[in-house]
Amino acid sequence: MTIAGYRIPPLASLILWAIVWEIVGRLGLVFLFPPLSHVVMELGQVVGSTTFLNAAIMTVKCFVIGIALSIAVGVLLGLLMGRVDAADKLLGMWVNLFVSAPLSALVPVIMILFGMGESTIIVTVFLFAVWIIALDTRAGVRDMPPSLLAMAKSFGASRWQVLTKIVFFAALPEILAGIRLGVIRGVKGVVIGQLLVSIIGLGELFEVYSRNFLMEEFWALTLIVFAFALGAAELIAMLERKIDFYAGVRHA
Amino acid sequence: MVLFCLAWEVAGRIPINVAFPPFSDVVAAFGRMVADGSLPSAFLITLQPLVIGLVVATVIGIVMGVGMGLRDELEWAGVPVFVVMQAAPMAALIPLITYVYGIGLTAKVLAVVILALPVIALNGYKAVRNVSPSLRAMCRSFLGNRRQEIFKIVLPDASPMIFAGLRLGISAGFVGVVLAELLITPTGIGDLITYHRSIADYAEMYAVIATIILFSAVTVGLLERVEIALFRPEKKEHSA
Amino acid sequence: MTAAVRMLRETTKSDTAQPIVEVRHISKRYGSSVEALRDINLTFPTGQLTSLLGPSGCGKTTLLKIIAGLLEPTGGEVVVKGKTVTGPGPERAFVFQDFALMPWASVLRNAAFGLELQGIDKKKREETARHYINQVGLSGFENRYPHELSGGMRQRVGLARALAVNADVLLLDEPFSAVDEQNRRKFQEDLLRLREVERKTLIFVTHSIEEAVYLSDRIVLLSPRPGRVSEIIEPHVDRSGPPDLIRRNPAYLDTVEEIWHGLRDYAD
Ligand SMILES: Nc1ncnc2c1ncn2[C@@H]1O[C@H](COP(=O)(O)OP(=O)(O)OP(=O)(O)O)[C@@H](O)[C@H]1O
Ligand SMILES: [Mg+2]
Repeated sequence: MTIAGYRIPPLASLILWAIVWEIVGRLGLVFLFPPLSHVVMELGQVVGSTTFLNAAIMTVKCFVIGIALSIAVGVLLGLLMGRVDAADKLLGMWVNLFVSAPLSALVPVIMILFGMGESTIIVTVFLFAVWIIALDTRAGVRDMPPSLLAMAKSFGASRWQVLTKIVFFAALPEILAGIRLGVIRGVKGVVIGQLLVSIIGLGELFEVYSRNFLMEEFWALTLIVFAFALGAAELIAMLERKIDFYAGVRHA
Repeated sequence: MVLFCLAWEVAGRIPINVAFPPFSDVVAAFGRMVADGSLPSAFLITLQPLVIGLVVATVIGIVMGVGMGLRDELEWAGVPVFVVMQAAPMAALIPLITYVYGIGLTAKVLAVVILALPVIALNGYKAVRNVSPSLRAMCRSFLGNRRQEIFKIVLPDASPMIFAGLRLGISAGFVGVVLAELLITPTGIGDLITYHRSIADYAEMYAVIATIILFSAVTVGLLERVEIALFRPEKKEHSA
Repeated sequence: MTAAVRMLRETTKSDTAQPIVEVRHISKRYGSSVEALRDINLTFPTGQLTSLLGPSGCGKTTLLKIIAGLLEPTGGEVVVKGKTVTGPGPERAFVFQDFALMPWASVLRNAAFGLELQGIDKKKREETARHYINQVGLSGFENRYPHELSGGMRQRVGLARALAVNADVLLLDEPFSAVDEQNRRKFQEDLLRLREVERKTLIFVTHSIEEAVYLSDRIVLLSPRPGRVSEIIEPHVDRSGPPDLIRRNPAYLDTVEEIWHGLRDYAD
């Protein structure tokens, strides 16, 4: 947007909203929103506490393991579905079902099967992230130009060479896009999983804060989690931008 | 499909885990719960906030999305907020909502809205931004006014993506309502899951979960059908 | 003209000992309804450039891909250097209409890709690739990526890749159709020059009558679906002079005219 000839960057609007939040908080209009400045000051307190540190370490650990698993499985599943029609027929329906299913309803099952600990959280992250990665990988494989395949074959490439030298790289933009969406879903998974288990990690902290109406602490924690989610997604987005030219070439 | 059910049955019979009942038990439990009316009544309770929340999120989301697509200052003010909301785990706010608004309908509706709104609004925004510029130029060159441009060109051309956003919004809404019920408000489907889990009726619990997942898939599929039937003459001919 | 052609055919027969590619009774159906090719019999003499010319959909690409071993014929066989084709082989290299360059790889790696698949070590294959990148006039662009090149330059990379594997037969499927007119002319001249240097057998699919006459020793005219060989023409164009002169050469113009008369009945 431009005002009086000056271009104002879009992110500046977030600052505007922060100011609005501050004013609303100061006026004490809505009990839910303490002034933003108080929340920010509380940030230091929250981050410094050992409960938070332990919770954060556990959360990040579960998240990383879950995402790593879902990337490995999702990419393999997607490659399989993209290259083998029989696998696509067999699995396509389930992947499509789970990609939009309310997986939060599954968490109680996971809790029974895997206990109330870290493995439940890992499985939740995995289940939230894996389907979209598989689906995007599959789309990338299906979308690749057929002439690239013919080219590799005409130079005598083996099936393995076709897969590792052509198919994987041709699908890489979609794979990365899938991983970015998977990461976003994975953060939601880690939060939802911990909220439902509610006796471990950040879930416990969220419980404690909101049960005791510690709004400043609650929002401080929320800001941290949001920042983590956006940061993780942005990291992948940077990778994606690096190979942006792929897509341009493909659709030229 | 059949293969999957068979695999489930076999895995349940082995059994891998006490808490993993065979498929046939789950079907039987489903039959029992339909017969005694507990499943249908739970569904009615859950559907109420879901429908209200989705209607609210749809109306607000489309209006805001289209608004942000059409006007630069709305885009500037709104899009970053919705981007953050969509990428961030909004579910973290649900406990707060439930504590503040109590365990009633309002809290559940809010849970549905905060999860479904961002994706609907953002898709509406992207849809409007992606409307073919040459179509809009065509409308203007034939002396269409702003109103005609929006209603005869922009909205029809944007509708596929708006509908895609609605489908995503519906599944987000399902997540929201189930989560709210599981977390704090012990009613409806969430209560049914929690209850059967607490008394170790695992077959019943699986039946409820499978039903809600299938139900959400059917709803999303139904919306697609409606969309094709009402708005997509070009697709209808293909499928006919 | 027919007399001249017959005479020419005898002379070419005498100086080309053995046809390098033989197409015997090839037919191809897609599914049960589409008959793309019917009983094609052709020989391609060593060291000549033969064009396949015909209306859209007559099966030119299909025939070329069968020769390349990328498609299975429904009937008949293709023999290359005395051996029946069962799949792609090192003695044939394909140049693609849409270039088929890997967007994630540099010009150098793209040009060396055929050698990479053969397991040739990096230093050696890059040396070979550099040589051919130079040959097609792209030296200095080795470390660029395909998206940084124009259409004409991209196809030069495709050609360098095909040359680098040192195949005897180059199969080119409308290599210039995605290249703009100026670059196409320049490229055609370069191709003629390269042919002199490299002594390859080229099989060339094109839509353009002018291009076929300008480049070819022989032109195979295919009829519309089902594709059959309708005529073989040997344009007797003297290519010793400068390119502009060739395009004004009466033999060139007459042959273009003659082919156009033969083909105009097929135009729709
Ligand atoms: N995979 C396929 N399945 C079914 N039919 C096909 C397939 N590939 C080609 N055909 C049909 O076979 C016929 C010959 O196709 P081909 O691509 O060989 O023609 P072409 O001469 O190269 O045409 P163009 O000049 O347009 O490139 C066409 O009618 C086409 O529709
Ligand atoms: Mg073709």
